[in-house]
Amino acid sequence: MRNVLTLFRRELNASFLSPIAYVAATFFLFISGLFFYKILEVTREVTLRYALDSVSFFLMCVTPLVTMRLLAEERKSGTMETLMTAPVTDVQVVLGKFLGAMGFIVAILAPTGVYVVALSFVGEPDYGAIISAYLGMLLMGALFVSIGLFVSSLTSNQIVAAIVTFISLICLWIAGGFSIGTSGNLNAFLDYVGLLNHLQAFSKGIIDTRDVVYYLTLTAYFLFLSVRSLETRKWR
Amino acid sequence: MIEVEHVSKVYPGTVAVDDISFQVSDREIVGFLGPNGAGKTTTLRILSSFMPPTSGRASVAGFDVFRDSLSVRKAIGYLPENVPVYPEMRAREYLTFRARLKGVPRRDIRTRVDYAMERCGVTDVGRRITGQLSKGYRQRLGLADCLLNNPRVLLLDEPTIGLDPAQIRQVRELIHELGQEHTVVLSTHILPEVEMICGRVIIINNGRIVASDTMENLKAGFKRGRAIIVEMNAKPAEAEKALAATKGVRAVKLLSSNGTCRFRVVPEAHVDPRADVFRCLAASGWTVTEISSESLTLEDVFVRVTTSEVQGDRQTGKTG
Repeated sequence: MRNVLTLFRRELNASFLSPIAYVAATFFLFISGLFFYKILEVTREVTLRYALDSVSFFLMCVTPLVTMRLLAEERKSGTMETLMTAPVTDVQVVLGKFLGAMGFIVAILAPTGVYVVALSFVGEPDYGAIISAYLGMLLMGALFVSIGLFVSSLTSNQIVAAIVTFISLICLWIAGGFSIGTSGNLNAFLDYVGLLNHLQAFSKGIIDTRDVVYYLTLTAYFLFLSVRSLETRKWR
Repeated sequence: MIEVEHVSKVYPGTVAVDDISFQVSDREIVGFLGPNGAGKTTTLRILSSFMPPTSGRASVAGFDVFRDSLSVRKAIGYLPENVPVYPEMRAREYLTFRARLKGVPRRDIRTRVDYAMERCGVTDVGRRITGQLSKGYRQRLGLADCLLNNPRVLLLDEPTIGLDPAQIRQVRELIHELGQEHTVVLSTHILPEVEMICGRVIIINNGRIVASDTMENLKAGFKRGRAIIVEMNAKPAEAEKALAATKGVRAVKLLSSNGTCRFRVVPEAHVDPRADVFRCLAASGWTVTEISSESLTLEDVFVRVTTSEVQGDRQTGKTG
């Protein structure tokens, strides 16, 4: 546990010291702020529902930039060797990196809290729905980060890691759309795997255990794959 | 302290380490000497349990490098070649992070970091960002990192590579001092380095150990003439007697005797008995199938590592 905490702290510090992180955060906050404003102006509803749906999308665009360096950089710069010859287990390394990146995701999501404050001036937003939407976003962020971490464990090239992660996330995002016109098991599979189908309930204020299970199992699965991928150094 | 038995490491297409065995006892300073690409880095990586051997077994401080990897990693300080550090951290911050990671008790972290920095002479760069440190400081920062958990074994991969002569001297002195408290295994392709700091040297070439002895004994070995291998159709006992009686021959050893018999003929110091051995064989009337001088591997390696220190220093960045 102590090792996980140590690794988490270093990872979070490193995130805040990398220029890419600031570029990503600026892009994310600028675009989502713009959308919040535009959506509010058009719908004239005191709700974050639509705005947070767009925030989810931008989160998907930004996460690969946050996760690309996690393991790829260690491998490239050779610090993997000092890291893995310290008395830490592969699981601890993966968890530390995962939590570090999650910390950064939380840090760039936090400023969107001003939308809630802004809304409270013009009306009475449904706080329950907002809380569930943020919960959904955190769960989704965790899934994105775990996928990004896994991809980053496969390569020593950060750009490759970012692009592959982005493509994977896009595929996951739109998988549900491909269920149209299919039938049987394939239809059920695509419907279940598609990210969008698990996103909308949260922003309506519904916390469905099926969605929670979807996020948690997939996140755990990709963390497991990352640990395994880290282990492969031993049989290469 | 370190035991290696029949360890091999095979990468796809190449054999990096080929069936090596050796022991290192407590508080011994052992040097791995060999040209670039000889398998030094691979051996150290196996000992540091960064990767397991393909076959064979190795143990450090009594723990198996594969089965008990965490215990091994607690007992060692490993300095990889090129000293990778996180470039965005400050030197002191980096060492504190490493001390935590190595499980140094919370209340000792400060004193251990202070001690390691002082010992390796990096106290005055504690606030500097590691990415901006000179090669010499980075090397010493890496050494300081190795000392944090007060390990029983230090594994140092080319600790003086890329340093200027003054720094090289400092680092060598430091390693020599450390050898009084820790067991040290270091790799190098520079002969004088081994002579200066190591009690024993293991010469490795193409993944094989070609010699393992003190420097003095190895040098003495070279002054003696080269052994001759003889193979012929004869009765072993008879032939051995005849060869041993030849002028300039110190010892004769039967290597094999199925059909033909094969001998290793060791000459006396500073004597070349080849002509006499030939005359002896010719006079006896045996059918000789082979006469050759013994393989030159050891000498070859020796020549290559002894050629020049400067040349060796230039070949940086390659795994050894």
